[in-house]
Amino acid sequence: MGNERFIAAIDQGTTSSRCIVFDARGGIVSVAQKEHKQIFPQPGWVEHDAVEIWKNVQEVVQAAISDAKLGVADIASIGITNQRETTVVWDKLTGEPVFNAIVWQDTRTADLVRELGSPVGPERFRERTGLPLATYFSGPKLLWLLENVEGLRDRADRGEVLFGTMDTWLIWNLTGGADGGRHVTDVTNASRTILMNLRELKWDETILQRMNIPAAVLPEIVSSSEVYGMATGALAGVPVAGALGDQHAALFGQTAFAKGDVKSTYGTGSFLLLNTGDEPVQSKHGLLSTVAYKIGDAPAVYALEGSIAVTGALVQWLRDRLGIISKASEIETLAATVDDNGGCYFVPAFSGLFAPYWRSDARGVIAGLTGYITKAHIARAVLEASAWQTREVVDAMQADTGIAMTELKVDGGMTANNLLMQILADALDLTVIRPMVAETTCLGAAYAAGLAVGFWDSVDDLKANWHRGAQWEPVVDPSRRAREYRQWKKAVQRTLNWVEGEGADDPSR
Amino acid sequence: MARQIQSIERAAAILKLLSSGQRRLGVVELAQYMGLPKGTVHGILVTLTHIGFVEQDRATGKYQLGATVLRLGNSYLDGNELRNISINWADALAARSREAVQIGTRHDGGALIVHHVFRPDDSLQSLEVGTVLPLHSTALGKVLLAFGAEELDDVLTMPLERSASRTTVSSRDLEIELGDIRTGGWAGEVNELVDGQAAIAAPIRDRDFVVGSIGIRGAVERLCEPDLSLRRGLVTFVLDAATAISRELATPSPNHP
Repeated sequence: MGNERFIAAIDQGTTSSRCIVFDARGGIVSVAQKEHKQIFPQPGWVEHDAVEIWKNVQEVVQAAISDAKLGVADIASIGITNQRETTVVWDKLTGEPVFNAIVWQDTRTADLVRELGSPVGPERFRERTGLPLATYFSGPKLLWLLENVEGLRDRADRGEVLFGTMDTWLIWNLTGGADGGRHVTDVTNASRTILMNLRELKWDETILQRMNIPAAVLPEIVSSSEVYGMATGALAGVPVAGALGDQHAALFGQTAFAKGDVKSTYGTGSFLLLNTGDEPVQSKHGLLSTVAYKIGDAPAVYALEGSIAVTGALVQWLRDRLGIISKASEIETLAATVDDNGGCYFVPAFSGLFAPYWRSDARGVIAGLTGYITKAHIARAVLEASAWQTREVVDAMQADTGIAMTELKVDGGMTANNLLMQILADALDLTVIRPMVAETTCLGAAYAAGLAVGFWDSVDDLKANWHRGAQWEPVVDPSRRAREYRQWKKAVQRTLNWVEGEGADDPSR
Repeated sequence: MARQIQSIERAAAILKLLSSGQRRLGVVELAQYMGLPKGTVHGILVTLTHIGFVEQDRATGKYQLGATVLRLGNSYLDGNELRNISINWADALAARSREAVQIGTRHDGGALIVHHVFRPDDSLQSLEVGTVLPLHSTALGKVLLAFGAEELDDVLTMPLERSASRTTVSSRDLEIELGDIRTGGWAGEVNELVDGQAAIAAPIRDRDFVVGSIGIRGAVERLCEPDLSLRRGLVTFVLDAATAISRELATPSPNHP
């Protein structure tokens, strides 16, 4: 392919590993993907085999490069984006994991997290880390391993084992493994451990002491975009040069580089990230403070994050559990047969409510049912649920920052649903924009890796690559928007206090 | 209520019998079930076999449902589903061609735009999803006409309306052009819908059936050579995208449940 060079981005996700090769315009050249086993040893536990993941990653990288009819020499650098918070500990000398990787969804640390918080509560480390104590974060998972894998505590104290999230595991293996591999973690992944001081971007001595975690097992915290090392093995000589947690990568791939830029990724759940500039903002409305990205020596850029547990998953539920539709895309066809929800609202608090409520005692409701309601109204209420939940996170973001948003950048599978995108624009009273390359997560990792080796010179180059694929403007009458939002909030109130004996404000649920 | 047509009722009864129970039946068994002479049932079976609704197993001589009838229930492809499956390929086509991409399906004698990707130059554009384009004067529509014969007669009975300097208004000319499109596998449009605009489109197939068309649309000076022929490189991009989507439709991927 002549002198043209390319970037390979690895997306190590929860269910599969992918590699996408991008050209200099940010266009997709090839894609390869492989799923890995989900291991459920007991209820609430979710594990991955880190060795299987490393094998799959090597395979998909090879496949993507050869599908593009390229050689290793055509690859300017490799970037990584990964499922966040999933935790692995391995032997420094053999590279063998001491236990399966504990996946972010795993709730085995629920009791541990409660103990760590007592007597202050889950907010104990928020000031230092931007996060409430919750089962997701990787620090408590590491602590669980230290306390439950026989002999691990001693080996950790002797410096024989290494801890990492999937970025760390892949970079260490890519750059040589036991034979000189670099033990590093990117600052965005480090910000999800609840062990990193958010302002200093260093491991927080006080928290390490309180949690009794030996500093020797922790990787060095590095930026999201710099040459971590040269790959060895089949990719010998290619710089490994970028790493970002998946949601951070999506923000980066959306080129949301300006304070106030916000993106929302619509998958089974949804994640909104708002760029808050070079200062972390402490949320008073149930959002998380996190590092958005850090390019080389430049100051870190921070973000507020709001997560919604159930968006696309509600459409799947309608398909798989109720059978109202037979394919996910049918929801749009069905919902489009009515002009409104007929007064019906669906709050999918299936396992409680996330941001901004954090109520584990809430359960789902369909409110406002009358004899008039058809399955089409329910389909519409399902789509509106994604929109109103987004609206509540956006409201929390505006309340925390005072930033007045004008547009929302969207990505993820549900952006193929035109009606949902219009409903979203109407509910938010914002312009909703879908970028031309919907694979923003991989693209973000590619951008970070490309910037580090001069493949792209600056973020301005990246912005020139970003193009709107489609755009939706709010068209609904403001009084109708206000009335429907009020009704939605009333429906939310009806989900609360349902589960007996479970308190409010437990962000670990 | 109109009188029932007996032979259709009997054919339907045969299809019902073949779709239930043991699914493979011989002429004698079918005749017994239906209480009809063997010759009558055989005559219906020959017709059903001819149109592909029934197949005869060579080894046993028994009859079973044919591939065509099995596909009837599935062949309708929702426009929203088509958008879901096509979205990444449509993005890639817009990125490669630097032009706006549209996907069309048949709808009320027109081509309904079910997906639209903006031209990647960040100029002000508005989403045209839901717009219905004429069939005879657009590349998207001509593809649907050329590969979906059932609507051809309808269109040709109505006068072909002129909307631009090169709109085809003679049904004979259109028929010749549709033949060329079937041979070449793609359709072009230059100054036919709107003066100054050109478009290229190719068929999206769900196995045997054409279920839609995908194409690019833009200014004549960008899409055409100086002699107004469409640029070969852009045609290749459109054909590649159509092939990729058709391949995805033929092999349902886990990403599109």
